[in-house]
Amino acid sequence: MKPPRFAYHAPRTLPELLETFNETADEAVVLAGGQSLLPMLNLRLAAPSHVIDLGRVPGLDSIASTNGSVEVGAMVTHYRMETDAVVAASVPLARRAAGYVGYRAIRNRGTVGGSVAHADPAAEWPIVLLALDGEVGLASVRGWRSIAAEDFFESVYTTAKRPDEIVTSLRLSTRCAHRWGFSEFQRRTGDFATVAVAVACAVEAGEICEARVAIAGVADRPMRCREAEAVLVGGSATAAADAAEAASDSVDPISDIHGSSAFRKRLVHAETLRAVRQAFSANEAGARDG
Amino acid sequence: MAEISLTVNGERTAAQVDPRTLLSDFLRDGLNLTGTHVGCEHGYCGACTVLVDGASARSCLMLAIQADARSVETVESLSVNGAGLHPIQQAFKDCHGLQCGFCTPGLLMSVVELAATNPDCGRDEIREHLSGNVCRCTGYHHIVDAVERALNGVPGRADDS
Repeated sequence: MKPPRFAYHAPRTLPELLETFNETADEAVVLAGGQSLLPMLNLRLAAPSHVIDLGRVPGLDSIASTNGSVEVGAMVTHYRMETDAVVAASVPLARRAAGYVGYRAIRNRGTVGGSVAHADPAAEWPIVLLALDGEVGLASVRGWRSIAAEDFFESVYTTAKRPDEIVTSLRLSTRCAHRWGFSEFQRRTGDFATVAVAVACAVEAGEICEARVAIAGVADRPMRCREAEAVLVGGSATAAADAAEAASDSVDPISDIHGSSAFRKRLVHAETLRAVRQAFSANEAGARDG
Repeated sequence: MAEISLTVNGERTAAQVDPRTLLSDFLRDGLNLTGTHVGCEHGYCGACTVLVDGASARSCLMLAIQADARSVETVESLSVNGAGLHPIQQAFKDCHGLQCGFCTPGLLMSVVELAATNPDCGRDEIREHLSGNVCRCTGYHHIVDAVERALNGVPGRADDS
């Protein structure tokens, strides 16, 4: 099928974008990379009166390393996250996760901001944000604010973003980037995850002093697993199996066409084990001197 | 309607488009470039893959108006008016990398991108790169053979007879 009729806006500056969105917000959708929105338009799952294209707004596609964090513009594509030198050096977990998003043609156009704003509970970026203590930057005509990832994702396709706000950036902390792991089960390459697990740990004096475990595909939003995190803090290499056990025990997954609750529980075990082992292994890409 | 101006297969083109017109439909119906095939129309099958500023894109997941001021390459760019097959097309022919041919234009454009960005890749990387292009005929083995031949000159299982 084809998209329904809509009025198209291509603002050239951020203020113009925010003004346009403010005037049309109730009936407008924002077009970033379009890799979720265009299927929804083609299938007529969405029928907005206005489409506001972020593609011509300058300044939304930068990647900058600041003190203790990496700031990623909302229009940065998945493929750029996969290939960018700053991302690889500062938040390698994000680079690894990027490679799991869709296929190359999707990664070439799809954006991190679009994925986060869309808030699919099986998507990769939300758990990367949770694992790296991320924040979401939001702008509207009323001003700018930043909200912690943990408070941002509320439910399926539902976030704390207000109707007149646009996601402009993500901030990823490098505090927990020292040791990391990412593992995901997909039925077919490029599918959304059935279950995905991101692990990030901060290391001090050779000991894990902070651990963050985030899981996608088990609930209506990305979840942190504090039971598994507690096992990892101060833990040794044998903690991987205990953390996987704790993670699996802690979840009460949904059942759907992609997998039963019991199957997902097993997947949480397997993917947590893999992700934690990556984080612990000195020989894997998952370990970075910290 | 809105005016767009873009480069398609090396030629500057200007046109009036309805903002909801998909790039795939603009190429096929507006420019008569019917080599770009439309399969699922929601980004799954990969038949409509073209290059936008050199990077592969689903032309069914892009509005024509988004291609304003961009450069688009379609399968027609590979072999211009009887100039013979492009080496990648020749490899697909030699290795039986197609049967019905519906998915082939999208696959070829994905391989053009692979050749430009990661020409030294092995079979696993070829399969990974082509994971977004669905083929219901071949079972993919001969496609991977063809790509390996096109990239590395590896003989594969080509039937040259």
